[in-house]
Amino acid sequence: MKTWLSRFGLVVALLCIGAALSIVKPVFLTFPNLLNVVRQISINGILAVGVTYVLLTGGVDLSLGSVVALSGVVAAIFAHPGDWPVIVPVAAGVLVGAACGGINGLVVTKGRVAPFIVTLGMMTAARGVALVVSGGKPVSNLGESFRWIGSGGVPVIVFLAVSCVSWVLLSNLRLGRHLYAVGGNENAARASGINVEGVKLFAYTICGALAGLGGVVLAARITTGQPNAGVGYELDAIAAVVIGGTSLSGGVGGVGGTILGALLMGVINNGLDLLNVSSYYQAIVKGIIIVGAVWLDQRKEKS
Amino acid sequence: MRVLHVLNVSKSFPGIRALDRVRLDVSGGTVHALVGENGAGKSTLMKIIAGLTQPDEGELLFKGRQFRPRNPHDALKAGIAMIPQELMPFRELTVAENIFVGHEPTLRFGWLDKNKMQREAARLLGQIGVPIPPTTRMKDLTVAQMQVVEIAKALAHNADLLIMDEPTSAISEREVETLFSIIGDLKRRGVSVIYVSHRLDEIFRISDAVTVLRDGQHVATRPITDTDRNTLITLMVGRDIEETVGPSATATGDVALELRGLTKRGKFTGVDLTLRQGEILGLAGLMGAGRTELAEAIFGLVRPDAGELRVRGRVVKIESPRDAIAHGIGMVTEDRHKFGLVHVMSVKHNITLAGLRGWWINRTVENAMADEQLRAYSIKVRDRNQLAGTLSGGNQQKVVLAKTLLPRPSILILDEPTRGIDIGSKAEMHAFVRELAREGMAVLLISSELPELLSLSTRLLVMRQGRIGAELDPRSVTQETVLRHAMPKER
Ligand SMILES: Nc1ncnc2c1ncn2[C@@H]1O[C@H](COP(=O)(O)OP(=O)(O)OP(=O)(O)O)[C@@H](O)[C@H]1O
Ligand SMILES: [Mg+2]
Repeated sequence: MKTWLSRFGLVVALLCIGAALSIVKPVFLTFPNLLNVVRQISINGILAVGVTYVLLTGGVDLSLGSVVALSGVVAAIFAHPGDWPVIVPVAAGVLVGAACGGINGLVVTKGRVAPFIVTLGMMTAARGVALVVSGGKPVSNLGESFRWIGSGGVPVIVFLAVSCVSWVLLSNLRLGRHLYAVGGNENAARASGINVEGVKLFAYTICGALAGLGGVVLAARITTGQPNAGVGYELDAIAAVVIGGTSLSGGVGGVGGTILGALLMGVINNGLDLLNVSSYYQAIVKGIIIVGAVWLDQRKEKS
Repeated sequence: MRVLHVLNVSKSFPGIRALDRVRLDVSGGTVHALVGENGAGKSTLMKIIAGLTQPDEGELLFKGRQFRPRNPHDALKAGIAMIPQELMPFRELTVAENIFVGHEPTLRFGWLDKNKMQREAARLLGQIGVPIPPTTRMKDLTVAQMQVVEIAKALAHNADLLIMDEPTSAISEREVETLFSIIGDLKRRGVSVIYVSHRLDEIFRISDAVTVLRDGQHVATRPITDTDRNTLITLMVGRDIEETVGPSATATGDVALELRGLTKRGKFTGVDLTLRQGEILGLAGLMGAGRTELAEAIFGLVRPDAGELRVRGRVVKIESPRDAIAHGIGMVTEDRHKFGLVHVMSVKHNITLAGLRGWWINRTVENAMADEQLRAYSIKVRDRNQLAGTLSGGNQQKVVLAKTLLPRPSILILDEPTRGIDIGSKAEMHAFVRELAREGMAVLLISSELPELLSLSTRLLVMRQGRIGAELDPRSVTQETVLRHAMPKER
């Protein structure tokens, strides 16, 4: 009920901003521009959906940006024209991401180290591995079938697919329910017979895998594996999730909100671009929106 | 003289009118009891007086002056302290820090006077007769001990009006006695007490007047000498209640659970115990006797250091509640906030948490399961999607029970199962536990309420200082005898 309300609030905000923009800048409402918006948000969207799992369990993942770079580089290495069928670089990227996430999850659950610290370490380490693997240089000369993944509406379709699957998983599978329970009250979840460690491990792994997928899409789109790519992506992703109403303390929220959060951020970015606002000011606006959205959400919760 | 005057106070939550033009008058130096069924609005009214929530309308007068606390701080400043029903301690802070949170004694420049804090805390706890070391962390205490700390915390404020919302729901007879003598002292000093409880015996012992709420409305206020138990019950529920009868003699079946030399250092030692299908084995004991810890060890919440656990004859290793549930063991824990409920999830999702099967959740089936449990335990909710954290205390407890029983365990551990449950639901609950036993369930019952233990158990063990002491016959034994066996041996 509450999540529905906050989502509804987001929809209203989205429509208002959209309406205002289409009046001031009619070009906003054209098909190419709208496609542009969803294309621009698709990578952030994929990461945001992934980190939703982790935030729901009450954890956090700061390593996303570095994992994006690492899996992009690894995928690119397998994606030179004529080397392998396209499935191989894609799988390699996703698996590398999943491995990073899995390590995060293992250290969090078995090692009982705070997620903030674990994923901060992974953020640094994965970036290092990306630099080592690529020799510090961008990996270019990628095959055409691989580049196709980043072209046109393909990233959007990937984003939509990821969202749909996650939505079903979180709202209809027992595993999804367990994620909410673990985030809502870990002790009670354990006392209800839930495999808390397993659930957390799953969350971090799938978050990593989706970051890997995001890295693949990004590499395909910029047609290189960039070891320096993705800096700060984790914060954009977390921002989208939080704007979408998922609680940082876990147990509340969902993919629907995350999608809307990512959309809202994309529309505002696009609007500011259309209005020729300099990127310096854009950063300021983005910061205000993140805090403002959460503030509004919390006020609603109280009343 | 009237100290507190509450006039026509109303408060609504989405979908429910929790208080409807309620009035309440408390005279100086008296104990005023407040009774009513679960969800009648008692805690809501207390929270309004203590500044934890604001009324939609109505008037409060305290010591003759208009009074509208916007937060607990306002209320404390005016001289009103409260022992809340739902214990929400700072689990990472020490006992002393919890007692003095918000009014810490300080030296110059706001430097904490830790010595004074600990000295005072020790004195307050000693006064209640439960010497918990003030430097213990809250998370290491049992619920009973937390409740004692909560009492000490309220006493530390030297308030003129003390609100106690079910202060005895988790502590045992001995501490209750001490609390009552403290209340007597307070009265003599002119302090007024509002006392909320479902235990009518307590009400008749200590209070001077009683007010009954039903469905958010004021039903009656009487001097205690002008009323009796049955009248109160009728006023509370609006119908007659069949109160529990003596123990049910049931034919017991095969051995369900066997403990051999189960030991957890510092908690319990060498516990041997046999639990059969169809019996209700009561476990009596004072606070700190190790009953909860023993139950938690059986359920896999803590690991024993030594000893053997057999389920239906087979030695099993239970390392987590998941293992326990897989072996058909269910447990209602005493701490419903820590282990029982996921407050931010709906009632429905809480109820089905341990009972879902398979990968896919079938919404229709799940709704039906939840509705059936809601009906079976007459849980008062607006709808099944209401957040569990917004239920009244007693209804939260029922949700925990409903959740535990959904996977149909064959061995059931109940640790203070009727904590905070009203008299009607308690009778239902007792009937229910008996029914479960009759159907063959093995029940291990821990309760700090001796009458409940004596009337429900088919067999009674007394635990003392971490060991099983006597086995008594609940049919013939008196409360005094049980208490004598439970008292720690003098050294
Ligand atoms: N924050 C809230 N949001 C929605 N409903 C609430 C909230 N707090 C209380 N209620 C509802 O108000 C009613 C009264 O609750 P209250 O806690 O005052 O009952 P109570 O008399 O103290 O019951 P108990 O004996 O079980 O403690 C209940 O129906 C409860 O569900
Ligand atoms: Mg209450």
